[in-house]
Amino acid sequence: MLPYSKKVLQHFNKPHNYGKIKNPDGVGEVGNLRCGDIMRLYVKIRKNKKGQDIIKDIKFQTFGCVAAVAISSMITVLAKGKTINEVLKIRKDDILASIGQLPDTKIHCSVLADDALHEAIYDYFSRYKMPIPKALLERHAILQKQLKLVEEKHKDYVEMEKRFLS
Amino acid sequence: MAKVYLDYAATTPLAKEVAKAMAPYLKQGFGNASSLHQWGRKAREAVETSRQQLSEFLNCSLTEVFFTGSATEADNLAIFGVIRATLRQAQGKLQNFKPHIIISSIEHPAVLEPVKHLEKAGEIEATYLPVGKEGIVKVADLEKAIKPPIRKPSVSNGAGNTVLVSIMYANNEIGTIQPIAEIGKIIHQSPIANHQSPVIFHCDAVQAANYLDCDVQKLGCDLLTLSAHKIYGPKGVGVLYVKKGTPVEPIIFGGHQENGLRPGTENVAGIVGFGAAAAAISNLKSQIANIAKLRDKLSNGILKNIPGTALNGSRENRLPNNANISFQGVEGESILMALDQKGIAVSTGSACASGSLEPSHVLMALHNSPIKAHGSIRFTLGRYTTASEIDYVLKVLPEVIEKLRKISPIK
Repeated sequence: MLPYSKKVLQHFNKPHNYGKIKNPDGVGEVGNLRCGDIMRLYVKIRKNKKGQDIIKDIKFQTFGCVAAVAISSMITVLAKGKTINEVLKIRKDDILASIGQLPDTKIHCSVLADDALHEAIYDYFSRYKMPIPKALLERHAILQKQLKLVEEKHKDYVEMEKRFLS
Repeated sequence: MAKVYLDYAATTPLAKEVAKAMAPYLKQGFGNASSLHQWGRKAREAVETSRQQLSEFLNCSLTEVFFTGSATEADNLAIFGVIRATLRQAQGKLQNFKPHIIISSIEHPAVLEPVKHLEKAGEIEATYLPVGKEGIVKVADLEKAIKPPIRKPSVSNGAGNTVLVSIMYANNEIGTIQPIAEIGKIIHQSPIANHQSPVIFHCDAVQAANYLDCDVQKLGCDLLTLSAHKIYGPKGVGVLYVKKGTPVEPIIFGGHQENGLRPGTENVAGIVGFGAAAAAISNLKSQIANIAKLRDKLSNGILKNIPGTALNGSRENRLPNNANISFQGVEGESILMALDQKGIAVSTGSACASGSLEPSHVLMALHNSPIKAHGSIRFTLGRYTTASEIDYVLKVLPEVIEKLRKISPIK
């Protein structure tokens, strides 16, 4: 595995915007324990002068490797102050471009962060019963399906553990 | 910045006396040990001196020591070599013979992966013995797993096909010590010993060699693996002990070296270093108590001062230099890198560090939850570890864990 870049280590050593937001407007949680990454993003949404929804505040909580922590920090920096429309356009490649090189096996961390951000916005829309863009709905559905698959896989594992114990 | 190396299970520094023994063979003593001229003879002599040192360490004869390019290679040779030899013996005698291998569920990948490979290819059956919370194989489980002797020797329908048992002496992640001598006794006792073809016992003793008795007569094993670089020797050289008469076929071809079992020009300097390192192990015995004392200081200090920590594996039946600890709510690789920034080298069995995404199979075999398995750190001490180094780790670690816990969503 490649060593981590300086920028990744900077974000890991001094992460930006970590912790919880009290009374958030949206929360997105992705990842699973089996793979060892859990990422939670909290957002606070306010209107700007033009009346657009913007990410007024964003914070993360992450259980995961160095890359997962660094990317969580990076995405909060990228998203903070942006409008929801702008934020929904952030892709994993944007995150990778900002953080610099990542080891191949860690690229999935950037997907995870991107997913978490979309889930947080999805949560905001549904909390306030607002219409949800089609692409976001679809993405949410795919993530839910993936989660189910992992849980299904995990169930096998729990049974295997039980067999070991018996 | 302080530099504290606590990863002796990954590799050890080359001991001064070992480097000194090797030096001539990196320079003027460059001969090929197979050459008949004086350069060759000098190299041959050095290889055979090392073989003598290893045979003394293992309490076996000279012709039972085979040098390889690594312990991983020795493990592969043991497994593939025995299976090939067994299949050849069965050829024409047994129909549909499928050999059965028994290993523990916490074997090193060098044993686990070859077995899984053969199993997946449909060439063998495999049984993975559980280890329970303590991380130790139960001899009774092994006895149950060995298939009873063949009643109709001409037809093998799955009965009596156990040909190989491979159990590690001490685990590389959690340091737990397996009852090798007891297992050796069971395997070579009737009725298993009266088995149509005897069950062969292989033991990967790589992690144990510094601390435990590797007398193969006492252990009762037919095959045993050692590595030079875990005992303050050089990298790139391993040993497979093969008890006389044990059926093992080579897995690489192209030379007569090591009696044809491991062709390839000998790594003379490496082999010399291995011999010197093996010969020096007896001098380390007096240090074991001190290493255990420092390990206890570290382990007890962490468990006492940092909440949400737990020791993985047996407290008593483990190598004196190993402490493997889970930290609730934080991921292993993050701890590793944060400690690295403070000059401390440790290791993790956590998925993300190895790039496999799966949590350590060893920690999972202890019935840990994935989250606990992902948050574990292995500290391994060695002959150069000092009390002040341990004090430094105990000072730095609580801050590191506290900081990472602040970031974590899991409490």
